[in-house]
Amino acid sequence: MAASQAEVRVAIATDDDVVAARQAGRQLAESLGLATTDLTLVATAISEVARNITAYAGTGEIVVRPVDGRGRRGVQVIASDEGPGIEDIDRALQDGFTTGGGLGLGLPGARRLMDEFAINSRPGAGTTVTMTKWGPQ
Amino acid sequence: MPVPILKQGSVLIASIQRALTDTDVVLLQETLIEQVGRYRSRGIVVDVAAIDVMDSFVARSLRAIAQMTRLRGAEMVLVGIQPEVAFAMVQLGTSLEDVLTALDLEEGLALLESLGGEAERRGGLAG
Repeated sequence: MAASQAEVRVAIATDDDVVAARQAGRQLAESLGLATTDLTLVATAISEVARNITAYAGTGEIVVRPVDGRGRRGVQVIASDEGPGIEDIDRALQDGFTTGGGLGLGLPGARRLMDEFAINSRPGAGTTVTMTKWGPQ
Repeated sequence: MPVPILKQGSVLIASIQRALTDTDVVLLQETLIEQVGRYRSRGIVVDVAAIDVMDSFVARSLRAIAQMTRLRGAEMVLVGIQPEVAFAMVQLGTSLEDVLTALDLEEGLALLESLGGEAERRGGLAG
C-alpha cells in the first residue's frame, strides 16, 4: 500500500518518542519488504540513535523514509538534533567510548546493524546520523 | 505501564509485556530489588518474550538488575529472548555474559531450582 510507504517524521523528546520512532521504522521497513530479522535490526538501530538524542541533545527528530537504489528499495533513517555535537567522531564510533555513562555501543552498534551509515556533526552545531538498510533485490 | 510481578513460592516472575520506556525500566529495577527483600525471594525470572527490541540501554538495565539481585543474595534469570532479538543483540555488540539466561519460563524456573539445591548442599558441607 502506497500510503504506508510514505515518509514518517517523529519528534524526539521523551523515551515514549524513542519507542514511537522505532515502531515507525519497523512498519516502513516491513511495507518495503525487508526480511523479519532486518526489521529488528532497523528498530534496534533507531532505538540507539534516538536514545543518543534524548541523552545528549534533549530533543531532535527522526525521519524514516523509503529510498531506491540499484534496483532495490530500502529504508533510510535520518536522526538529527541541534545538541552539543560530537567532538571526535572517530572516537564516538569506537566500541566502549562514551561521554554519557552508557555502554558506548550506540553509534558503533547502530553502524553494524545497518548497511550504510554516515555522521555529520560539529561541536556546537548539532548532529545528523543518516543510515540505510536495503531490502532484497 | 508498570511491569506485572508475580510471586510464585520463593521466586518472583516479571513478565515484560510491551516495549519498555526508560521510566518502566527504572521502576522495574526498584520494585524487584525491594520485593526480593520483602518476600525473601531466592530468585527472579525476567521474561522478555514479548520484547521486539533490546537496545543497549535495556540490556544495561537488565544487567544491573541481575547484579543487584545477586548482591541481595538471590539470582536473576533472563528468559524468552526471541531469535531475531538475539541476532540483533550480537550485531549490536551487547554483552550479557554475566547474566543467567534460559529458553523460556519453565527452563528458567528449573535453572533457579537447580541453583537453590546446589546452594543448600554447599551450605550443608560448610556447616
